[in-house]
Amino acid sequence: MNLLIKGGRVIDPSQGLDDTLDVLVEGGMVKEIGKGLQAPAGTETIDASGTYVTPGLIDMHVHLRDPGLEYKEDIISGTRAAAAGGFTSVCCMPNTKPVIDNKAVAGYIIDKAKSAGFANVFPIGAITYGMNGERLAEMGELKESGCVAVSDDGKPVVNSELMRRALEYANGMGILVISHAEDLALVGEGAMNEGFTSTELGLKGIPRVAEEIATARDVMLAEYSNAPIHIAHVSTKGSVRIIREAKARGVKVTCETAPHYFTLTDDAVRGYNTNAKMNPPLREAADVAAIKEGLRDGTIDCIATDHAPHHLDEKDVEFNVAMNGIIGLETSLPLSLKLVADGIITINQMVEKMTVNPAKILGICRGGLKPGATADITVIDPSKLWTVTEENLASKSKNSPFLGWKVQGASAYTILEGKVVFSGRQ
Amino acid sequence: MAEFKHRDIIALRDLTKEEIELLISTAENMREINSRAIKKVPTLRGKTIINLFYEASTRTRTSFEIAAKRLSADTVNISPSTSSSTKGETLADTALNLLAMKPDIIVMRHAVSGAHYFLAKKVSCSIINAGDGAHEHPSQGLLDMLTMKDRFGRLDGLKVAIVGDITHSRVARSDIQGLTKMGSHVYLAGPPTMMPPCVERLGNVTVCSTMKEAIQDADVVMMLRIQQERQGKTLMPNAREYSRYFGLNPDNLKLAKPNAMVMHPGPINRGVEMSSYVVDGSQSHILKQVENGVAVRMSMLYHVCGGELE
Repeated sequence: MNLLIKGGRVIDPSQGLDDTLDVLVEGGMVKEIGKGLQAPAGTETIDASGTYVTPGLIDMHVHLRDPGLEYKEDIISGTRAAAAGGFTSVCCMPNTKPVIDNKAVAGYIIDKAKSAGFANVFPIGAITYGMNGERLAEMGELKESGCVAVSDDGKPVVNSELMRRALEYANGMGILVISHAEDLALVGEGAMNEGFTSTELGLKGIPRVAEEIATARDVMLAEYSNAPIHIAHVSTKGSVRIIREAKARGVKVTCETAPHYFTLTDDAVRGYNTNAKMNPPLREAADVAAIKEGLRDGTIDCIATDHAPHHLDEKDVEFNVAMNGIIGLETSLPLSLKLVADGIITINQMVEKMTVNPAKILGICRGGLKPGATADITVIDPSKLWTVTEENLASKSKNSPFLGWKVQGASAYTILEGKVVFSGRQ
Repeated sequence: MAEFKHRDIIALRDLTKEEIELLISTAENMREINSRAIKKVPTLRGKTIINLFYEASTRTRTSFEIAAKRLSADTVNISPSTSSSTKGETLADTALNLLAMKPDIIVMRHAVSGAHYFLAKKVSCSIINAGDGAHEHPSQGLLDMLTMKDRFGRLDGLKVAIVGDITHSRVARSDIQGLTKMGSHVYLAGPPTMMPPCVERLGNVTVCSTMKEAIQDADVVMMLRIQQERQGKTLMPNAREYSRYFGLNPDNLKLAKPNAMVMHPGPINRGVEMSSYVVDGSQSHILKQVENGVAVRMSMLYHVCGGELE
């Protein structure tokens, strides 16, 4: 099927493109970009006027829960949610059951995603075997099996010597280490950010320094090893500062933040709202401001969702008992567009952080629309008004703090290898 | 007279000054019943009250039970060792099963802060909080205020020192929420490891760097239990050193106003946060607090039942 996407504002930071253009897709590839393109007979045409036409969005941090935890999400429901959110590629974290620490699990995920056909899934393998923090996983084979990075996401690699060796070894294998930066002793039994709100609610706090110490350690280890590192879900002002300073010294560090960290503060926990419970926790206004500044000045490279589906039974419980994490695939785009509308970042920066940057960091052949590239394309309707409800979320789980929010912006067409896999929400 | 419109009493933070005044003044009236030869009125006859205690308690549970019985309500006590919670039943399921038996009030103590708000969304009966995690203990806050009011005739303008582990204390939070609404000024002291961040933003609260500063010229000195099971190994060296810097004894009590009230929510670690000379001394109102506890809980039960007299 050939496709002509006509008259949209094509924004492709990978080639410095931002103009009203047509995109012609043939055989699952971008054939041509230009003005007034003529479609060969039999080409389907999409009127893209008023939209942004961007490389297919990439979310480098999701949990698809498959294999093993399919009651929360599976590869089919998770990639459908991705498509509905405008994502053509997602990278899934290895904390499945069994863990993605071998070829078989990675292969299962890639195959299942391919046959579902809603989005590319690039698995992230484990740093340590079984994510036990004891010995290195077979990173070479993981890479050969299609893993694009390694991480023990959900838990940090506590042992600094092991983390050092992981960085060195992964660097040799040409695979990136993604750090879940957290000092577990400082986290303790904490259930939310430590601050005024935790004092008032009588909930045990997680201090910012728990994240910052681990961020600093991992940045220093990367610097010492001269190896690249990516810091996941940055949430504090201090972490942004540490990464900014490291980048200035030439450390090969990149990082991401999630929409909830630039949208919400720990006030969202009031009422003991378990859908505002995640790890790292929502912080305070000064942190939100620092995250926005980090996005603006380029310290923060990517917007990733940390999409973490949990079953109602795991969230509809007392606050301390509730699981950490929220879904994010379908709300990331409107919340990121809000940053653009508020003048925090430009639309080009937003697209960069959701396409070419994660693609470059992970070394995946996506994130651009140069002729010959795979035709993963997102047609964004920035004016679409919609309300986030349980019913209109494709994800199997509904654990979102944004339920009931009226938001603006959505994918009008999500196109995977030239095929429309999602066309507009109600 | 103000009206009490809440179905539940979960936190003094949720109540207005007028509502707190109403609960206290009703408690003052209830005390008359407790002094009769036959200590029972038919006010809550036919009402069923379940005391659901997920944490150990002697004083509070007994006090709620006596309060209910003095008002002629029927009471049932459930504690984790005798309930299904050991079989892995969720709090919500336990509550829904209890609700099916048509109680009018569930009085609950639970280790998780905010558990009562969760429960209140699930059930249609009234919920009274008998302590939730490190959040609030509203009946304790009310009885503390009633005891202070007995002594001073007012709460407005009192200097109240609270000394101890503020971070883990639900009593401290309820006292702070209630007292600051009523016009008292609360001074907090304790090791910095036990002082929660930004606590001064809760109201008219001053965090002191020493115990001396907090109790200087205080009208009330409230000592908190050092809960050794909560402090772990990192919050203080040991009881000996704690006692030396944060214990109340006849010497440092002299810094407070003459005849200042000494209070403690119990149970006391004699010789740790308070010396026995102070516990049993003339300025101690600790047993008076316990006595007032029954009246305050009668008032709470009465008001969540609509405050109608039979």
